[in-house]
Amino acid sequence: MYTEKVMEHFTSPRNVGEIADADGMGEVGNMKCGDIMRIYIKVNEQDVIDDIKFRTFGCGAAIATSSVVTEMVKGKTLDEALAVTNKQVAAELGGLPENKMHCSNLAADALHKAIADYRNKRAVEKTDLKETAQ
Amino acid sequence: MDKIYLDHGATTPLRPEVLEAMKPYLTDFFGNPSSLHAFGREVRKGLEEAREKVAAAIGAEEREIVFTSGGTEADNLAIRGVARAASARGNHIITSAVEHHAVLDTCLALREEGFDVTVLPVDGYGMVSLKDVEAAVTDKTILISIMLANNEVGTIQPVAEIGKIARSRGVVFHTDAVQAIGNLPVNVNDLHCDLLAVSAHKHYGPKGVGALYVRKGTRLKVFNFGGSQERKMRPGTENVPGIIGMGRAIELAVHELDEKAARIKTLRDKLIAGILAVGDVRLNGHPTERLPGNVNVSVGYVEGESLILSLDLKGIAASSGSACTSGSLDPSHVLLAMGLDHQTAHGSLRLTLGAGNTEEEIDYVLSVMPEIVSRLRSMSPVYAGQRRD
Repeated sequence: MYTEKVMEHFTSPRNVGEIADADGMGEVGNMKCGDIMRIYIKVNEQDVIDDIKFRTFGCGAAIATSSVVTEMVKGKTLDEALAVTNKQVAAELGGLPENKMHCSNLAADALHKAIADYRNKRAVEKTDLKETAQ
Repeated sequence: MDKIYLDHGATTPLRPEVLEAMKPYLTDFFGNPSSLHAFGREVRKGLEEAREKVAAAIGAEEREIVFTSGGTEADNLAIRGVARAASARGNHIITSAVEHHAVLDTCLALREEGFDVTVLPVDGYGMVSLKDVEAAVTDKTILISIMLANNEVGTIQPVAEIGKIARSRGVVFHTDAVQAIGNLPVNVNDLHCDLLAVSAHKHYGPKGVGALYVRKGTRLKVFNFGGSQERKMRPGTENVPGIIGMGRAIELAVHELDEKAARIKTLRDKLIAGILAVGDVRLNGHPTERLPGNVNVSVGYVEGESLILSLDLKGIAASSGSACTSGSLDPSHVLLAMGLDHQTAHGSLRLTLGAGNTEEEIDYVLSVMPEIVSRLRSMSPVYAGQRRD
């Protein structure tokens, strides 16, 4: 039922783990439906994703989509990463079974949340800096 | 190592002896058993011999056996048949929260039609309480339907006792015995049941055939119309090769029950002990009142489908009650009814042993399990969270 590429990412997932001093973290899913994805990003001064890691509790599709999204956006700018959709993630894997498209295909959402988290933090830091300067 | 099949709760392989018994009825003996001529008569003879075998296996009389297309149809015929026949007397039906969907969904469909359906809760082992059964019966109760043994967690219900309660209150009692045949002694008189559903492919027979035991005097109002086959309770030309196969399969299953059940139980207990030793694993279902071949565990911090995929890559066939494998967004209704939280239910793994399994296979499963679990845990955010605590 899964494509070869899904199984390949399931058996050899890329970028598993956490980033201790991550610039942003995004989590999606809930335990009721049985999928939780967490994505950590490290961003450089050029707004490029230098490092990205994930941890996922979930089915084969949940693990494979998390893995492939990290591969798709590593080295990309935040704007490029924000343009990646769940649909594109599924397509990158050669497709997912229909019943997995909604419940387990949330990796791009987790990534977008991580980026939003990073931007929020930076906005707060800038405000703090301004306040300190004043 | 060859592929290892540990999903006998889903289906079992056809026994060679069963295939041999069926072959003539797929080739030479093609007549319609309802035909009067020689072609029909020889097939009728085989069909009635199969009926005798099924009846003998469960302590029934031949005329009390109705062949169906399987367990699901037998459950539907029993429940809807009684509901319609007895609706003038009452409209209350009692069942349990851990029934197979063939029973539960049939009862819930009757609720939509206006029947009053009590779904009894179960304890942490998946067991129905006799007190609850007793208390639920009213003068409007027309049917109690409680399974003999649970397909997911293997828990064996106190069906004989429930049967006694039903009889003393004048209520028809149906039990789904699909998982029990070949695993437990099944006798309709010891169980005090009026209706009992069986399915051939769960005991090394062919798929697409089952039977409903209907105790003499039990009234069913049928909902399929056509010919007079199966005393009009199940009209339509019989699945003759399937029925012949079922007869042979159930005969063998009952004959070999004691030896097989004891051997499988030993392997089951070894498998349970070995998986629990992985750590953060809980056994689902009753420790002793359980089917001899059933192992159901929840592996903490990992999800069931990813466990099954990982085992499949090692050549091991298993199943799970996680949402991904239940075909809905919710995990198994059985595990939730037993009080498991969602995470624990999503992490369930069912391994069901059968006649062909060996100790070497169990050793192999136990040798790959720790590595599979630790790999999935290393990816799991809930496990990482747990370790920090």
